[in-house]
Amino acid sequence: MSRTIDDVVSPTQTNTIPADISGQMLDLDEDDDFEVFSKDSTLADGSMFNASMQTSPGSMVNQCKFEEDEDGDSKDIFITVDNPESHVTAIETFITYRVLTKTTRSEFDNSEYEVRRRYQDFHWLKGKLEEAHSTLIVHPLPEKFVVKGMVERFNGDFIETRRKALHKFLNRIADHPILSCSEDFKVFLSAQAWELTTYKKQGPGFLSRMGETVRAVANSVRGVKNRPEEFTAIQEYVEDFSNKISSLDKVTQRIVKEQKEYLEELKEYGPTYTLWSGSEEELAEQLKGVAGCIERCCQETEEQVGHLSDTLVPVLHEYVLCAETLKAVLRRRDNIQAEFEAKNEALATKKVDRDALKVEIDKLEDRVEWANNALKGDWVRWQRSMRGDLKSAFLSTAEKNVDYYEKCLAVWETFLLSQRTEPSEETDRDNTS
Amino acid sequence: MMADSGPEEIAVIGNTDLTSAELENNIKNTMVEIEKWTSLLRKMEISVGEAEKRTGKNSVNMQEIYTVYLIETRPVDAVTEGLIPAPDSLWRRYSEFELLRNYLLVTYPFVVVAPLPEKRAEIVWHKLSADNMDPDFVERRRVGLENFLLRLASHPVLCNDKIFYIFLTEEKGWKEMVYETGFQAKADSRLKAMNAAFRVKNPDKRFTELKHYSDELQTVVSQLLRVQARVADRLYGVYKVHGNYGRVFSEWSAIEKEMGDGLQSAGHHMDAYAASVDDILEEEEHYADQLKEYLFYTEALRAVCRKHELTQFELEMAAQDLTSKKQQKEELVTGTVRTFSLKGMTSKLFGQETAEQREAKLQVLEQQIEEGEEAVKEKNTESNEFVKTAWVDIERFKDQKDRDLKEALISYAIMQISRCKKGIQVWTNAKECFNKM
Repeated sequence: MSRTIDDVVSPTQTNTIPADISGQMLDLDEDDDFEVFSKDSTLADGSMFNASMQTSPGSMVNQCKFEEDEDGDSKDIFITVDNPESHVTAIETFITYRVLTKTTRSEFDNSEYEVRRRYQDFHWLKGKLEEAHSTLIVHPLPEKFVVKGMVERFNGDFIETRRKALHKFLNRIADHPILSCSEDFKVFLSAQAWELTTYKKQGPGFLSRMGETVRAVANSVRGVKNRPEEFTAIQEYVEDFSNKISSLDKVTQRIVKEQKEYLEELKEYGPTYTLWSGSEEELAEQLKGVAGCIERCCQETEEQVGHLSDTLVPVLHEYVLCAETLKAVLRRRDNIQAEFEAKNEALATKKVDRDALKVEIDKLEDRVEWANNALKGDWVRWQRSMRGDLKSAFLSTAEKNVDYYEKCLAVWETFLLSQRTEPSEETDRDNTS
Repeated sequence: MMADSGPEEIAVIGNTDLTSAELENNIKNTMVEIEKWTSLLRKMEISVGEAEKRTGKNSVNMQEIYTVYLIETRPVDAVTEGLIPAPDSLWRRYSEFELLRNYLLVTYPFVVVAPLPEKRAEIVWHKLSADNMDPDFVERRRVGLENFLLRLASHPVLCNDKIFYIFLTEEKGWKEMVYETGFQAKADSRLKAMNAAFRVKNPDKRFTELKHYSDELQTVVSQLLRVQARVADRLYGVYKVHGNYGRVFSEWSAIEKEMGDGLQSAGHHMDAYAASVDDILEEEEHYADQLKEYLFYTEALRAVCRKHELTQFELEMAAQDLTSKKQQKEELVTGTVRTFSLKGMTSKLFGQETAEQREAKLQVLEQQIEEGEEAVKEKNTESNEFVKTAWVDIERFKDQKDRDLKEALISYAIMQISRCKKGIQVWTNAKECFNKM
């Protein structure tokens, strides 16, 4: 256990791991890890937190701490994504978003940062995080392109939906005990545009990335032999979950569509009563009253559809993407194990330098254990987030629907009340004739 | 029962040369009398019970399947005395109802006769088929036919009609009886008159306005019903899609631990929500039927207006004819012709007439004038009678319409309130389930 995972994956990565601190980490007892690497800010000494710590296997064992860190009290990075602006250059037009960060973490030089980022930059960040933590679950980004419908990239609703998703993306990272310590994340939040460009250009060379990709493909072709039962269970769950959440996404979108079509017809319905009232004397007031009720219900319906589109649809869509992310994470875990298994087999058969191979195999074994633990921990965390997100989205929808019907009820009851007072005039007339 | 109630002839209300105040008073008195007659009619309960299918041979000797409706009648006093005897009943098919209505239209042209329910489903709703044999359609028609009979039975004039009474009480031989009245000839001439093109110089303005009103009413109510059908259709879609939530939640709950129960029960509520739309649509349909009756009433209104135009036209023609005869006489007597000023033409037209010839012509004309004056007087009376009796019935109709439609709108509001309350309940329940997730 002489090198951390980063060394294995990206040997030429600069400005991350000071070798002496790695050595320090490795000497620590497992029990000490328990406190040192916890997210609980009351115990952690800020200086111990730097980019390298996240990659220590020791911290990965620290699963139980994952479950305690979700309350807002321990949050020490606050990020807002807002203020979309359009930029026009000679070659392209694109949108940038303001990313505002407030933090008390000491590895940040300042406590506040304001930068502008475009979608590309978010995409880059996601890639880097997945690269560095291949078996951690990174919250999905909104899609690069919208395939269905001719939705303009610069349409207001589209931009707003995207902004919200980007906001969530960054905040999810900020809440994550390991991902939030990423140097790439820090740079993303704090660097000026030109600094970021320069920073992006560094990092593992094209060739090493290629190598990794080739290896991954090779491994996936080979397949994993002894996948631990729990990961198979997770995979089965993810398959089912993916199907269910996709169905819910489709159903909800269908509801939105039907509701919008209902609204269109309803908008034409009220005016037919108004038109009729023009031909009547006694009935005119009532007819106009009914027309008014229908119009107000139209307004409520419009609001309800809007709420559905803003609240439930994006969340379901996010989790459709999450399901894909989970599948990818499971695949990557499998690949890591497959690579180890392959090398292990080679040990028995090939006539190579056995010592060198043994060293490599040990590294890969560590890597597997590390990956498994990372995933296990993050899996629990993800499930909790998922439950929380979906519960809150459905709750909000149900609440809004109750509100919608209550408002419509009030509209019609008011009308009815106004009608019930009139009949008394009628009965008087009948009695005297 | 019916035999001891009112006379069989058409009640004549009011007379000529009334002031508007007297006319109004007459109408008020008539309203009271109408209620008296109506209460007389309450001696008999009428209902259209079931519907059955029959097969038979039609007029061109081909096999056909048709629906018959059971008409049940029972004297009201029998029920109130604590006894509930079995009702008298007979079967009638739709075409017989049509025959009855046509007879009434022809016999009482001054009455706004209640319309029949649709022969075929015109505006097709989502779950309804346009098939006349569809049970939902047959049921709605049954209700419509019952409503039709009750309208007739509560009409101050129509309730006394013998043919109507026999329609309700004697199954066999009724059709022949109708034809024996000779109404067919009247029906044919009426149809011809309805379709004829003629211009009336001085129609009663009220009828002209009424005609415009009935055209407007037809247009606006048709449009309303069309849009309502579309709205109901869409609403159906919204509710039904929620049923999919039920299915998916149920499937999803199977793979979840903490969320399982909440999802499962939420799914049930979604199913209930989707199912609730069937009742909602049934109520919307019932409301539409109420509006449709008045849509069809516009035809009856137009028919009465048309009849007025016809009688007025005949009066005008008779008056015109009389005027021209008088003019001819004058010309003959004075020897002058107003139309031509040239003496040459005159002598050519009239020629050298003998005094005797002139005298003979004069006598014929005077005879014709006398007859003409009688005719005009008759037509005038007829026209005035018609205007009066028709206008009484129109006022009755207007009151009925305002009352019925006011109630319909109120019940529409109640329907919407009920739907909202159901919605609140379902989503409150669903919310509680989501809370348990």
